[in-house]
Amino acid sequence: MNLPQIMQYGLSGITVGSVYAIVAVGFNIIYNTTGIINFAQGEFLIVGAMTAISLSHVVPLPVAILGAVLITTALGGLIELVFIRRVRDASVLRLIIVTIGLSIVIREAMLHIWDEKPWSLPYFTGTSSTTVSILGAYISVQVLWVLGVSAVIVTALTLFFRYTTTGRAMRACSDDRMAARLCGINDRWMVTLSFMLSAGIGALAGCVISPITQTQYDMGATLAIKGFTVAILGGLGNSMAAVAAGLFLGLLEALVVSQFASAYKEVVAIVVLLLILVFRPSGLFARRATSVRTA
Amino acid sequence: MRLRIYYPVIAAALLIVVLHLALAATGKTFYMTQITMSAYYALVVIGLCLLMGYAGQISLGHAGFFAAGGYTVAVLTTCNLNGLRQTPLVEWLSRLGVLVSWRDLYGNEVLSVSPWPAFIAAILLTALIALAIGLPVIRLKGHYLAMATLGFGLIIYRLALGAKVLGQADGISGVPAFHLLGELQINGRTPFRIQNYYIAWSAVLVAMVLALNLVNSRVGRALRSIHQSEEAAHSLGIDTYRYKLATFILSAVLAAAGGAMLTHYNGSIGPSEVTVMKSVRYLAIVAVGGMANLWGAMIMGILLNFLSLRGVFGSFDDAVFGAILIGIMLFAPQGLLRVPKLQVLTSLLSRRSHG
Repeated sequence: MNLPQIMQYGLSGITVGSVYAIVAVGFNIIYNTTGIINFAQGEFLIVGAMTAISLSHVVPLPVAILGAVLITTALGGLIELVFIRRVRDASVLRLIIVTIGLSIVIREAMLHIWDEKPWSLPYFTGTSSTTVSILGAYISVQVLWVLGVSAVIVTALTLFFRYTTTGRAMRACSDDRMAARLCGINDRWMVTLSFMLSAGIGALAGCVISPITQTQYDMGATLAIKGFTVAILGGLGNSMAAVAAGLFLGLLEALVVSQFASAYKEVVAIVVLLLILVFRPSGLFARRATSVRTA
Repeated sequence: MRLRIYYPVIAAALLIVVLHLALAATGKTFYMTQITMSAYYALVVIGLCLLMGYAGQISLGHAGFFAAGGYTVAVLTTCNLNGLRQTPLVEWLSRLGVLVSWRDLYGNEVLSVSPWPAFIAAILLTALIALAIGLPVIRLKGHYLAMATLGFGLIIYRLALGAKVLGQADGISGVPAFHLLGELQINGRTPFRIQNYYIAWSAVLVAMVLALNLVNSRVGRALRSIHQSEEAAHSLGIDTYRYKLATFILSAVLAAAGGAMLTHYNGSIGPSEVTVMKSVRYLAIVAVGGMANLWGAMIMGILLNFLSLRGVFGSFDDAVFGAILIGIMLFAPQGLLRVPKLQVLTSLLSRRSHG
């Protein structure tokens, strides 16, 4: 392979990788406050993108995206209030099963609303043929949008968790829920907030990739398993490491696609997932057997 | 006293005959086809119930085991070895008597593995796969285990879609009937409807007896203790890892048996049997049945699969199973049969199954 080809594959790897990272961050936010994995995480991306697509027929694109993010955020909060909160003696097994059920119901609802067709948002700037050239590789302007938005999301979240009172309260809940409650933190509300937050950033990520990958009602499951792989690779709960892991998985997939048939692309993440679960369940970056949890 | 746990089996056997008579009397014998199919799916559910309800280990990959059984018998009984008659391996197999020569729909002569050896091969292969997957994976807990088994299921799905030998998107069809013994055969054609109804139910009842035996034995008590507290069980000297692994393999084998028999019955198998949704369905059924409730799982396995196969849920088929999962976890975590209002009806059954 020559340099432009390497760049081409590399950039496409980084693009999908940054989306995986956002999904993983969504997993992490909920995992940190509740200790459960939300199997419906992938569905948030698709709901966000689909809503934006429908809204974009009536209002300008930025308004449509904003509306979609708000609606999905509300959906996330609603899911927590109506379902998660009401699970009696909530064991991990039980909560997992509820989120699996939710993911299916949401997916089927989307099938009935938007049917089986793949839809897509228009390109944010320019058209599908507007490209920029970097070191001989041609990339769509939308790729820059994906990378930019991902970077903004991750940075904003880091700042939010580090410097705002609410962010700190959420971190306190993840460290020790009882202690946080004793300090006067409304831990229930923090859980609701974590669902809203992760639904919201999921929706935004879903919107930004929609022009490139298109959006179909059943794409959530694939995204979820890849996002989960990335979250585990980085160590559950560790969002900064998830970004590195996301880029790693994206590049690995791009490498496999460049060398073998693209049919194997889907298997890469699963194989990586199984390997990491077997050999290093605490993640690639864990220093000790028990990983350090930082939001 | 130990025999008391088998009374419901006898009652079930009687009910099965009554159901047959009722269907015959009302002229609805065509329902028996879907009941037969549901019974084979119920085998998967019984196995998963042992794993989830009793050992407390989640699996989102049981459709993969079902498919491993189904696809193995489909490949072995339809592959044509006629062209390879002279090769040492085929000659050796033929001398062992595991090959059979028959004519397909178009009258071509086919030399393939006969159903019994194929069935045994399917069971052994699935057990081997379950062992290979289970060895590393069963150490994991909670969502790690859920995702790992989900990953396994997805790999099998991709394999079924991608591999030429598995027929890709079309699956494999033209699977011959399974001659069990004498005139008995697993065959989906209408003349064989009644005997297949009883064959399938017999398979279910045999599985139930085995499972009941297991959960009411030392092993069953060990499994339940693992479910309640793995650490406590471990500290009492129970080899939790071995018990979990053994249950995992057993439940995979039950799924494979269901898959193999249904494939003979339908005469075909396709990738739609391997989707994640299928695995989730089995999970939903075990949940509705009440997790650690074999009778509940079996009854719901037959009922829900029957309704689904009859198309009662229409285009909301998958949504129904998703909603069931949520509803059960929210309102009746002990299963539908243990809802207080229904308790009176089921107290007899459920108390006994816990012997």
